[in-house]
Amino acid sequence: MRLKRLVLGAALATLIGVPALVSQASAETFIPLFTYRTGPFANSGTPIANGMHDYFSMLNARDGGIGGSKVAVEECETGYKNEKGVECYESVKGKHPAIITPYSTGITLALIPKAAVDHIPILSMAYGLSASAVGKDFPWIFNPPATYWDGLSIIFRYIGGKEGGLDKLKGKTIGYIFFDGGYGREPLPLLHQFAKDYGFNVKEYPVPPAQMQNQSSIWLSVRRDRPAYMIMWGWGAMNPTAVQEAAKTGYPMDHFIGIWWSGSEDDARPAGPAGKGYLSLNFNAVGANFPALQDIKKYVIDKGNSQTPKGQLGENFYNRGVLNAAVIAEGIRNAQKLTGKKDITGDEMRRGMESLKITAARWKEIGLGGFAAPMAVSCSDHNGHHSAYVQQWDGTKWVKVSDWIAPMKDKVEPLLDAAAADYVKKNQPWPKRTEACDKSS
Amino acid sequence: MHLLYQIFIDPFVQMGTAPDLFVQTLWEGLVTGVLYSLIALGFVLIFKASGVFNFAQGIMVVFAALALVGFYEHGVPAYLALGLTIVLMLILAFAVERLILRPLVNQAEIILFMATFGLTYFLIGFGELIFGGDPKVMISGALGLPSGSYQIKTLGGFVQMQKIDIAAAIIASLMVASLGIFFQKTRIGRALRAVADSHRAALSVGISLEQIWVIVWFAAGIVALATGIMWGARSNVSFALEIIALKALPVLILGGFTSIPGAIVGGIIIGLGEKIGEFYWGPLFGSGIEDWLAYVIALVFLLFRPQGLFGERIIERI
Repeated sequence: MRLKRLVLGAALATLIGVPALVSQASAETFIPLFTYRTGPFANSGTPIANGMHDYFSMLNARDGGIGGSKVAVEECETGYKNEKGVECYESVKGKHPAIITPYSTGITLALIPKAAVDHIPILSMAYGLSASAVGKDFPWIFNPPATYWDGLSIIFRYIGGKEGGLDKLKGKTIGYIFFDGGYGREPLPLLHQFAKDYGFNVKEYPVPPAQMQNQSSIWLSVRRDRPAYMIMWGWGAMNPTAVQEAAKTGYPMDHFIGIWWSGSEDDARPAGPAGKGYLSLNFNAVGANFPALQDIKKYVIDKGNSQTPKGQLGENFYNRGVLNAAVIAEGIRNAQKLTGKKDITGDEMRRGMESLKITAARWKEIGLGGFAAPMAVSCSDHNGHHSAYVQQWDGTKWVKVSDWIAPMKDKVEPLLDAAAADYVKKNQPWPKRTEACDKSS
Repeated sequence: MHLLYQIFIDPFVQMGTAPDLFVQTLWEGLVTGVLYSLIALGFVLIFKASGVFNFAQGIMVVFAALALVGFYEHGVPAYLALGLTIVLMLILAFAVERLILRPLVNQAEIILFMATFGLTYFLIGFGELIFGGDPKVMISGALGLPSGSYQIKTLGGFVQMQKIDIAAAIIASLMVASLGIFFQKTRIGRALRAVADSHRAALSVGISLEQIWVIVWFAAGIVALATGIMWGARSNVSFALEIIALKALPVLILGGFTSIPGAIVGGIIIGLGEKIGEFYWGPLFGSGIEDWLAYVIALVFLLFRPQGLFGERIIERI
């Protein structure tokens, strides 16, 4: 009798408890973060991971989540390895993530074909496959605010401004030092196109992963080739070594310019005073003087709920992580507005991202006024091709030295369309877009 | 025809027309080679004493350098931090002997080799847990190591020598010489060589295998620390250094796994070879060839001397 009651009681408890558990689980928006706090790329990966994690923790602590839905953050350590990234994806996809941020071009490339099948949007914020900006062919991939090709065209606009016109580059040599992988090779087609258009020579200096901290012969070649400008697409331990070697070689640092992933404090600082003058692109502000960042300090860091070390709040890559999380949060809010639901699915998140519009006023409203340029994504354009600015290392910190520079959309967009068509052709059968565009997108 | 010119003529023309760059390349190759020799030396010491290829030597370089910087960051004065790191490497040597080598006595060499893989992953995880994954700036100034460079105007141009590179070359040479003397002239050194020749014979004359293993792992730890300081001072201390340590493999193929002079000469040949190859022939292949060129050089040597330059010729009946 007692046993019967026990069994009945347990069954009843299960019946009552299961919906409660389901409702508890569904009152959350699941955001997995693919991070790398270990390995040779940890110097770049750790501050970004901290920034993303802290921003979501702050929203949970201050606002109770996003639109009444708590954000459940789960980090998966990839070590910047493609196979680990795919493993992470497979381990989280069953938990219905709203969106995935791979933080690696290589991992993004591996996940692009999977996203459409699993209906999981992927945000590769200013990295990944440039051509994935074309929403018609890549409905599940988003890469705002600018593609690598936009970044390269911004660098050339900056150089053109310094030289008094891009036609002045005719006959000169432009050096391109890059991480020898999918990421570093991504802008090469446009670089060679520019070389044809403006009549300069390109010298390529690939840095294999094993040689990241052993670049002396590369910089000896730079000394021989005497490029008028050096452009860098570096990551992880490659960046500080390149800046140090450039300084050792005596290369003019104000002619050495990195993409936005080669501009953290840890990239320039190890070179000491010799690194003064080094340039890099950026699309987020540096510094902690923003209400949202102060809220992170108040609600998360000061309460001991963060892994962020003292002094990292406000540094470039920390802020990059905050920006990444803020874009996701705005995408979720937008999806909630479109659907009227608190808890959104991957498909609804895709719709939210496809009509994402963050105006200057909206940045201010969320405590990030002036933190980034206004951002707009549409159904056809998943990138927006927004502006970036140039910052310069003054020996101790980054200083903004240019206005916001718009990319050469007229040059980039036709090439992106062609590259997207080429990708689709090479990856047949590629699914035709069946997802409808919202009116607002 | 143009290709043949680029391969066989142009590099030598460049050497003649820009001799300062040629000397600079030689210097860079020499410094890199000396540092490769140091890493290879760590492998040789352990291989000689136990027949084990210590895959963990690379991570020991990172671990030692991170420990040094970590102690310093916690307010320990630089030289005391150096001393504490040496003590830490001694503790590591004891732990390896007690927890890994002793339980695996009489096991096949491949088992011991695999155990060093395990040690590698343990040290990576343990190091990241204690010191974090962020790269650290080597405390070369606090250790009294020089900074800046000498620029020598010569040969129609200039040759630039970093003071830290000169210091690295001197310290590495002194270290190699003292290890050479230690293992040739002292009782422990003779015991080590006896162990290298035959474990059983060494045991039969009363040599303690355990003691020898602790000594060689400790010596390898000291070598790792020196390597970590020098590489760290050239760039910074990060887990990427572990990958560079694998460059010791072609050095060992070339110099022989059991020869200290082989590690030195092999390191210098590989260092010079890859820098000259990358600088003069690299553009022909789209640059970035030094990653694999070291292995090509080693393989070419193997064709003529399978036992390496100074390795022992082993003939086994099959």
